[in-house]
Amino acid sequence: MTSSLTQSDKRGVAGDRVFSALTVSAGVLILLTLAFVALFLTVNSRDAVYQEDQGGWILTAFLDYAYPLVIGTLIASFIALILAAPVAVGVALYISHYAPPRLSKGIGYVIDLLAAIPSVVYGAWGMSFLGPALIPIYGWLHENLGFIPLFAGDPSQTGRTIFTAGVVLGVMILPIITSVCREIFIQTPKLHEEAALALGATRWEMIKMSVFPFARAGIISGIMLGLGRALGETMAVALVLSPGMLTASLISSGNSTIPAEIALGFPEAPPGSERQAQLIAIGLVLFLITLLVNMTARWIVSRHKEFSGAN
Amino acid sequence: MSKRVDAVDLNVYYGDFLAVEGINISIDARAVTAFIGPSGCGKTTFLRSLNRMHEVLPGARVKGQLLLDGEDIYDPGVDPVTVRTQVGMVFQRPNPFPTMTIRENVLAGYKLNGARLSKSQSEEIVETSLRSANLWNEVKDRLDRPGSGLSGGQQQRLCIARTIAVKPDVILMDEPCSALDPISTLAIEDLIGELQQDYTVIIVTHNMQQAARVSQKTAFFNIAGTGKPGKLIEYNDTTAIFNTPQEKSTEDYVSGRFG
Ligand SMILES: Nc1ncnc2c1ncn2[C@@H]1O[C@H](COP(=O)(O)OP(=O)(O)OP(=O)(O)O)[C@@H](O)[C@H]1O
Ligand SMILES: [Mg+2]
Repeated sequence: MTSSLTQSDKRGVAGDRVFSALTVSAGVLILLTLAFVALFLTVNSRDAVYQEDQGGWILTAFLDYAYPLVIGTLIASFIALILAAPVAVGVALYISHYAPPRLSKGIGYVIDLLAAIPSVVYGAWGMSFLGPALIPIYGWLHENLGFIPLFAGDPSQTGRTIFTAGVVLGVMILPIITSVCREIFIQTPKLHEEAALALGATRWEMIKMSVFPFARAGIISGIMLGLGRALGETMAVALVLSPGMLTASLISSGNSTIPAEIALGFPEAPPGSERQAQLIAIGLVLFLITLLVNMTARWIVSRHKEFSGAN
Repeated sequence: MSKRVDAVDLNVYYGDFLAVEGINISIDARAVTAFIGPSGCGKTTFLRSLNRMHEVLPGARVKGQLLLDGEDIYDPGVDPVTVRTQVGMVFQRPNPFPTMTIRENVLAGYKLNGARLSKSQSEEIVETSLRSANLWNEVKDRLDRPGSGLSGGQQQRLCIARTIAVKPDVILMDEPCSALDPISTLAIEDLIGELQQDYTVIIVTHNMQQAARVSQKTAFFNIAGTGKPGKLIEYNDTTAIFNTPQEKSTEDYVSGRFG
């Protein structure tokens, strides 16, 4: 039976099917890639925690090796975030709500340009310029704030410290956080901005009342994107840092991060050796840390869904 | 407190475009004044110039005087923020702050003033404001739920509560019922009738019956054609505007013979 209701636009239906198949397969592909990476890392890191000739499980040995790197990675990323996030939010706000339109375009371009600089260049800059430039500051910190363990150790004479690495990472993640925040700030509904202004809000109060609450999830996403980049950044850290043992001092040489350790160690590790397995295993650890960070971010974002204005 | 509003030779611009020209009007305190007129004649533009919200848009500016009880709000020494605390505004689309609870929405204006309120004080402000907005009974059990979870009509009344909580002298309303159903519209019209006892209320509406029902005075605006500035054509008692208009265009408009 064909009535006008059962007859359908065949082409439209076909297009719908093709598109939905495409999106589904794209989604599945991403999951497969992720699963494959996880599987690859897990299988290949077995030798790092289990060695027949050393009496089976050697988990403690591996953990002893891994934990300073984990801490180093977290410290460097944390310094980067502390420095970059407030600046990024400030710059984004200036572009979206304060600067005259022409100027804000120009600043936007410059920021996007920062993102296009390869990380090797950042690394070289950190090693040969920023590091030496920070030496006097490290000296000052050590002399005046040396009682704080963070500034206790002998200040580095090359400036190639975990703190320098953190600063370089901060500059590197600045553009991405800024871009995300700017996009979100611009999208704040005029309706809510005007609601605040009409109540007698100053511009800053309007931003606190309307822009920030609206942008909260976006700011967190931007910061997490930046954190993801900082956690995984290899080249810049490998160049800036002169790696060494874990120390609490941020201004002494020493410390290292997982990506730098892998980048520096992998070329020298014989294929199939325990050393190689060890490097892959810390890669897996980094993978898990990143996953955890992302999940935490999602959780923070979803916690206030009811108040997000999406309803 | 409630203040009278007088415009003297007021021109309102968007950049170089003159949107509203040569307005002279005296708006009474403790009364409801309605602005009517065809779309694009500058009602919103003029209304927004009354609390300096107009200049929020890039390039927007105003020439002339606007007196609030005799004081020019466009005097160079006047801070627009101060003006807006005295001249409140209710928008066409309900716009409660989505991240705030109902209670926080009502208290939003106080938070801005930096007022330190005791718990009992803020409880009292929330209750009286919501009561005057005829919303108390509907929300008293869910003051800590988000304001965006209310119906459109309730949201609009919440916005009115938020506006009257800070006790402004003048309340501006730009088509406050145009997004609402007839029942909510009636609720808000009743409310406007009550607000008139304490405030100067100015309302823009496309609904003639509404203008006739709620207002004592009516101002009719019109434009000569697209690209031309809007002008105040006639301003008089509402009954006079609807029954014995002096101008031909007013008569055409209120009798529906427009355009
Ligand atoms: N942001 C703006 N920038 C430039 N011109 C504008 C802007 N807003 C309004 N205008 C112009 O100003 C004139 C008056 O517009 P306004 O919104 O005040 O009309 P209105 O009487 O409120 O119309 P309506 O009844 O449709 O709401 C119109 O010609 C309009 O195109
Ligand atoms: Mg309008």
